[in-house]
Amino acid sequence: MIEVENVSKWFGDFQVLDDCSTQVDKGQVVVVCGPSGSGKSTLVKCVNGLEPFQEGIITVNGVSVGAEDTNLPKLRSQIGMVFQNFELFPHMTVLENICLSQMKVLKREKDEAEERGMKLLDRVDLIDQAAKHPAHLSGGQAQRVAIARALAMDPIAMLFDEPTSALDPEMINEVLDVMVTLAQEGMTMMVITHEMGFAKQVADRVVFMDEGRIEDDAGKDEFFGEPRGGRARLFLSKILTH
Amino acid sequence: MFADFDFQVIVEAAPILWRGMLITLLLTAVAIVGGILFGTVLALMRLSRFMVLSVFSGRYVDAFRSTPLILVIFWFYFAVPYVVGRPIGDLYSVLIAFTLFEAAYYCEIIRAGIQSIRQPQVHAGLALGLSQWQTTRSIVLPQAFRNMVPVILTQAIVLFQDTSLVYVVGLKDFLTAADLVATRDNRVLELYLTAAVVYFVLCFISSMWVKRLRRQYAL
Repeated sequence: MIEVENVSKWFGDFQVLDDCSTQVDKGQVVVVCGPSGSGKSTLVKCVNGLEPFQEGIITVNGVSVGAEDTNLPKLRSQIGMVFQNFELFPHMTVLENICLSQMKVLKREKDEAEERGMKLLDRVDLIDQAAKHPAHLSGGQAQRVAIARALAMDPIAMLFDEPTSALDPEMINEVLDVMVTLAQEGMTMMVITHEMGFAKQVADRVVFMDEGRIEDDAGKDEFFGEPRGGRARLFLSKILTH
Repeated sequence: MFADFDFQVIVEAAPILWRGMLITLLLTAVAIVGGILFGTVLALMRLSRFMVLSVFSGRYVDAFRSTPLILVIFWFYFAVPYVVGRPIGDLYSVLIAFTLFEAAYYCEIIRAGIQSIRQPQVHAGLALGLSQWQTTRSIVLPQAFRNMVPVILTQAIVLFQDTSLVYVVGLKDFLTAADLVATRDNRVLELYLTAAVVYFVLCFISSMWVKRLRRQYAL
């Protein structure tokens, strides 16, 4: 579904991605972890073309992201993305947030978009918040709305960029629960997170990044089971002791 | 000096002053609406990836911001009929001058407003499949304008005062009307005082209103 082949990227002279290759098969969940500044967020943003890259190839469902003639808006509409800071649109209500792209991109009628929106809000347990503005939601609620907004586009894959890092501890689980359910339903997911509990529960593979390189890319059992080399072990020991 | 202050003069001049005020308000309204519309276009050009648009907009803004408004009014009064090939009247030349001049100032306000919207908001729009333009229109501009409301209104108050400069081309706005009556009836004190009070009261009330708006909506 998502193939990343030998991708390198530079910000000016600084190399943020160094020959990265990995893939996410249909229905798989791949967790990406690594210290901050290791390039994981940049890598995920390359997948839906929010960040350009200079070398390598990324294809999603057979479509090359970096190719000149690729219809990026169309491709992006098929890939859901969830951000660290939710990025709900503050000038719209919760329901309007969920309906905007359905109407503008998928050309759904307002009624249809709202019906779909309410169904998804019900699914993330927020149906009573539909008329509120994002400023009046808790972080956990906002992130669940953001997930519903992405799902409203009927994506073929979902990207999560540290979806729980900005949340208060007591709200992390309500978001992870939604993501676990999504994973169990067979959604193709690429998830940047340090929630190793989530990784152990639903991940098929874990990718470890450091200094722009993919240092480790292994099945979940292998990743958590065997002693890992160098930086990955150090990193794991640091985040697992919390 | 105030001994022979005659309120009757002001009452009699009221209809003329009112007509002048209508011209002043018309000018202000047209310059605000036109200035914001054209200013938005200029701001988008300024931030465009295309060098030609960006440079043109930058030069335009620099040119107008380096020229006194009174000169711009003056020049348009002579230049526009020359370009169009026929006289267009003082009102239209002034409307055009104000709109183009204010657009330069609104461009800078709007550009700052657009730049105040964080990049991840743009990413969120794009990630949903919205085009660049849809993202700008539905996500960036509404938020930018909301943040800009106080600055835009403050600029409008300055603009309201600046409209008095049209006296150089003899357009009968509020101040020119007051001036005409003052010299005609030789009642300088009454009319200039009235003009000052009216300008002050209107601007003061507007400023208070902007302040309240700012507090109320935490802008």
